[in-house]
Amino acid sequence: MRNSPPEPRLVLRGITKRYPAILANDHVDLRVEVGEIHALMGENGAGKSTLMKIVYGVTRPDAGIIEWEGDPVSIHSPAEARRLGIGMVFQHFALFETLSVAENVALALDDKVAPENLAPRILRVADRYGLPVDPNRLVHSMSVGERQRVEIVRCLLQSPKLLIMDEPTSVLTPPAVKQLFDTLRRLAAEGMSILYISHKLEEIRILCDNATVLRAGRVTGTARPREESNASLARLMVGTDLSEQPLQPREGGEVRLELRDFSMAARDPFGVALRHIDLEVRAGEIVGIAGVSGNGQKELLAALSGETVGAHGGSISLCGRRVETLGAADRRALGLGFIPEERLGRGAVPAMSLAENTLLTGSRAGMVRRGLVKHSVARASARATIAAFHVKAASELSAAERLSGGNLQKFIVGREIRLGPKVLLAAQPTWGVDVGAAQMIHHALIALRDAGAALLVISEELDELFTICDRIAVLTAGALSAARPRSQLNVEAVGLLMAGATAGAAAPGAAHA
Amino acid sequence: MLELPSSSSRRPLAWHPFPWRLEKRAAPSGAMRIAAPLIAAAAMLATGFVIFAFLGKEPVNALYVFFVQPLNSIYGWGELLLKATPLALCGLGLALGFSANVWNIGAEGQLTLGAICGGGVALFFSAELGKLAIPAILIAGIAGGAAWAAIPAVLRTRFNTSEILVSLMLVYIAQLLLAYLLHGAWRDPEGFNFPQSKAFDDRVILPLLADGQRATIAFPLMLALAALSWVFSSKMFAGYRMLVSGQAPAAAAYAGFSERRNVWLALLISGGAAGLAGVCEVVGPIGRLQADISPGYGFAAIIVAFVGRLHPAGIVLAALLMSLLYLGGESVQLELQLPAAVTGLFQGMLLFYLLAADLFVGFRLKSGPRIVSVRA
Repeated sequence: MRNSPPEPRLVLRGITKRYPAILANDHVDLRVEVGEIHALMGENGAGKSTLMKIVYGVTRPDAGIIEWEGDPVSIHSPAEARRLGIGMVFQHFALFETLSVAENVALALDDKVAPENLAPRILRVADRYGLPVDPNRLVHSMSVGERQRVEIVRCLLQSPKLLIMDEPTSVLTPPAVKQLFDTLRRLAAEGMSILYISHKLEEIRILCDNATVLRAGRVTGTARPREESNASLARLMVGTDLSEQPLQPREGGEVRLELRDFSMAARDPFGVALRHIDLEVRAGEIVGIAGVSGNGQKELLAALSGETVGAHGGSISLCGRRVETLGAADRRALGLGFIPEERLGRGAVPAMSLAENTLLTGSRAGMVRRGLVKHSVARASARATIAAFHVKAASELSAAERLSGGNLQKFIVGREIRLGPKVLLAAQPTWGVDVGAAQMIHHALIALRDAGAALLVISEELDELFTICDRIAVLTAGALSAARPRSQLNVEAVGLLMAGATAGAAAPGAAHA
Repeated sequence: MLELPSSSSRRPLAWHPFPWRLEKRAAPSGAMRIAAPLIAAAAMLATGFVIFAFLGKEPVNALYVFFVQPLNSIYGWGELLLKATPLALCGLGLALGFSANVWNIGAEGQLTLGAICGGGVALFFSAELGKLAIPAILIAGIAGGAAWAAIPAVLRTRFNTSEILVSLMLVYIAQLLLAYLLHGAWRDPEGFNFPQSKAFDDRVILPLLADGQRATIAFPLMLALAALSWVFSSKMFAGYRMLVSGQAPAAAAYAGFSERRNVWLALLISGGAAGLAGVCEVVGPIGRLQADISPGYGFAAIIVAFVGRLHPAGIVLAALLMSLLYLGGESVQLELQLPAAVTGLFQGMLLFYLLAADLFVGFRLKSGPRIVSVRA
């Protein structure tokens, strides 16, 4: 590197971007120094993603200046951004599912390299930064967490000078997060600048040198996170104080969801077989399943929701009825609700309106009569969901794909809860959702529990499980540990179970982490 | 360790010879969605103008002969409706399947089977059925087309085969089956060995819409089915389920909509509609079974479905336009001694320009330099 006066790596001045319905960025200023880890914080829809897309050349601002190492630049494509030395790990992954990891990486590189020549480079970077990735695996068989690792490795291969990371830790285990942070600190020490988009206050405080806070498209403040508390950072971001509602202890009622010695073989070579799973979820309790994605979460959820039908041993009972052979629609009819991990494309049809997406799971809630769709009922229900869950959408006729990830998640959570399920499955209910929205989702799940529903929450965020669950079990390599009351567990014990230790070794007394 | 590119490697702005750029629209343009077929039609006319000029024909006159002359008489208008009917029938069924992500490419074969089954009933049972003959013939035609489409449905739901290939290959089998019958068992004994059946009884021929032209009651029947198809996809839950299956298969699985049912419905509906188109041709203007019953209506209907934006009203209009291309093609063959390929040429151009114009539904063309940073 040259010995030049330390010009800031990136300066944004007065960046403004208006979309037809919304002012996404309103005269935003931002300054990132060489070797700095800079946090960009804000609620969903605050304009973080738009701003980063502008820096990465995906969209163009209506006004404002981008200065790169002191010179004004115009970045009109991601390729241009990469040439300047900007890399980005997106929150929504851009991977081709039918291709292997190496092929995906080869496609993203600006210079042509044969995938087989890339494999060693991928392994080297993956190894060095503690991101285990098999270059020859096909992406479609990978979980969200594994896919994110591919995205990060892909970015690091290009040796960027500025790395933009959009919610990178959402799907990592605590040790992996620690490892990633060590990596990021090392990169920063080597002179790389990192723009870290997150709403996880704890992480921002540990990792970041400076923070810029966005609210409703505007910069509402800058902070030195290490000198702030979680509460003060949250206040900057949300504008009001927040409080998690403590979980009132409660006796569980009758068993609503029961798995007895349930097994299912893997459906594809990279899938995970479910092995002898025993689980009970009672009315009025929330059971959490911890574990790193790729340990059978996807398979277990599909087997419970009815998207995969059948069993290779054992049984699933829902409200007292054997359901292994019933499809998803029949299980819904018995009172099952499901909040899937993927919002667009699974939980919602991207191009359809919110009203039409209400119909997706609401056909038994008076929206269909004699085979005819009652559009007015669906619209009214969508409006009610939008109002009750503070979904930021122009109207119930907005297409699902027009909503930000967190807002769509709020909508799907609200839609499923408002159907009044007897049993609700929730996968990563607050993934990529900001603190305010996450808390609201937590409150809604707890309210459903207090109303007597049985809830099963699968999450990779231990804090979340410890906040809302009565009992917690851990899924490792397709096997489920016994669910223990939260009071008998701590984060270290669960962390050990996640890493594959036996239940006995991970008992609180034996925990030595 | 870390290899940072040196800042001297920064390049100046690339020079772009093309003074416009495409920018993704914030939302797909509804106006453009409707305008695209009109733009495509205009571009087709303009290109046709140039082609006629190159062929040494007076272009204005040639376009007149192609697009106006066929409609100079009641008879011509009747022909327009007559040819639009099978195109629209096939197109309506295919569009339902296409929006459900089921790609039936073999409407031509299902049309042929509809003609065979309906024609068989007309040949052998018209006397016994009396007044019920026409409904029975039409139902037999629908059943024949649906049964032919059931083959790709079984193969896809059972063995996960591609319905595109299976339905397409079945077209040729259907046509050979028809030829087999017409060269053998069903051949008219007094037909001088032509591969054709006896003429159907007059009582089973569909009534005409008016004298002096050949369009039959199949046209209003098609309009009624277009309305029904609109109700199905916009008002009925079954239609909604098919749309979801088409747009987001994972969401359909999540909601518990059966993929098997989706494939079956899409293929049975599109096959049945194509079968109806086929039988209406043979008990309509043709009046008997013969080796060539369709000038590729089943394939042209794919274009009709897309030009019509997979929407019933659009499909009816697109079928009328496509019908005019058939008539115009015949007209320039007779008047200007141009080859029959002209019809296919215009059909192809229409689809080509439509696909090109469709780009602008999602994108817009912006002029000017590609510079975004502005000194404040």
